[in-house]
Amino acid sequence: MTAIAKLSATESKLFLREPIGVFFGVLFPAALILVLGSAIPGFTDPSKDLDGARPIDGYLPIMLALAIATVTMVTLVSALTGYREKGVLRRMATTPVSPSALLTAQFVVNAGALFAGSGLAYAAAAIAFHVQVPANVAGVLLAFLLGTGAMGAVALFVAAISPNTRVQAGIAAIVYYPMMFFAGVWTGPVMPHAVRRIADYTPLGAASQALQDAWVGDWPRPVHLAVMVATAALFGTAAAKLFRWE
Amino acid sequence: MAVIEIANLMKRYGELTAVADVSFSVEDGEIFGIVGPNGAGKTTTVECVEGMRAPDSGTVRVLGLDPRRERAAVRRYLGIQLQSSELPARLKVWEALDLYSSFYPEPADWKRVMAEVGLEDKRNTAFGKLSGGQKQRLSIALALVGNPRVAVFDELTTGLDPQSRRDTWALIRSIRDRGVTIILVSHFMDEAERLCDRLAVLRAGRLAALDTPAGIVANASVPGVDRPTLEDAVLALTNDPR
Repeated sequence: MTAIAKLSATESKLFLREPIGVFFGVLFPAALILVLGSAIPGFTDPSKDLDGARPIDGYLPIMLALAIATVTMVTLVSALTGYREKGVLRRMATTPVSPSALLTAQFVVNAGALFAGSGLAYAAAAIAFHVQVPANVAGVLLAFLLGTGAMGAVALFVAAISPNTRVQAGIAAIVYYPMMFFAGVWTGPVMPHAVRRIADYTPLGAASQALQDAWVGDWPRPVHLAVMVATAALFGTAAAKLFRWE
Repeated sequence: MAVIEIANLMKRYGELTAVADVSFSVEDGEIFGIVGPNGAGKTTTVECVEGMRAPDSGTVRVLGLDPRRERAAVRRYLGIQLQSSELPARLKVWEALDLYSSFYPEPADWKRVMAEVGLEDKRNTAFGKLSGGQKQRLSIALALVGNPRVAVFDELTTGLDPQSRRDTWALIRSIRDRGVTIILVSHFMDEAERLCDRLAVLRAGRLAALDTPAGIVANASVPGVDRPTLEDAVLALTNDPR
């Protein structure tokens, strides 16, 4: 087996042995949907403000964007910087394995957890609150994949340049919270116009918009796809180039 | 044939000169020891051999290759045990060996390496649950799993009990008998004396002596001591006023 395949398999096993990671990566999005849907009054009822649509239908794509941000900026980044701090990376640096093999394996494992978690969240929403199948399933999958790629690349970049968990936590927080804001986590689907124009050019904002567009049957807009692809390419390449084992 | 050649190696960290001028070569099939007090430049020297650090001047060749410029090629032939390094706490012994063997183009059979270091009965134990000695043995096994031609051990038996130290020495000899060249960085003179064919004694980033352990003892001038040990001889060499 190649190093990338073996690393991905080993990292998957390690991921599953860490209860906190499994909770946040896989179970948390579904739990959040169920809690919000049951606890917030009117969350699952048709709303006059939304022309008769239900808040949960508008929030679900934003939840998916939130899941992307959490798994990449929290789980993925801390896994790698934790490895750096403990000397796991230093040990690996003595072997012929390339940094990109490790980064790829970490991305594969976390993206896998993210897909499982998001699928579970959707299933929970569909069963508990009768959320419909997205109107453009292919568009949703495309937006989700590109959004994961873009945010994963940003996370690998942060992990590549952070010397320790303290710096990493700082940088990740500076990226994570504004990203969530631009994704509409606090404003909801209806965002002030000026904020939305900035959000279009952030990777998570673009992912969130693309998911929302596809959810109601449109195709993601070219600007959003371009922002995600460019982010993935730029930060992914920079991460592989700037990665330090120590 | 020289497997490792170091010529006029110099390495600074800012103002501090870790290695001032070191030259030696290591022959095929040798157990070569590097000794000297803390800060003498032992670890920096082997880190330059491993390609972990770039020399400021001088040359280092491993099997004729430059460990910095031909890093990937050198890594294939070099097995490295680090002074301090960790594995993920939940990674099991067999998984670590299986994983690390996948990093090399022509690895050793990891099950055989696991048996050789005596970790067969710990194969399903997580790294975090191993004792210090067992971690050390796993670390040695990981240095061997790539089927290296040269193995570098830094502080091989630090923290081991006397029986484990002797077991480890026997292991190192058996590795050498298979044709692996070994570089050993050590603080323990009994270890150096029993294991090493030749020793480089470093003092303040320079070579103070390069000889067999017996040769170093024979040539030492240790005033006031009748039958000096290797430790007496090395201390005399490294405490010498410059």
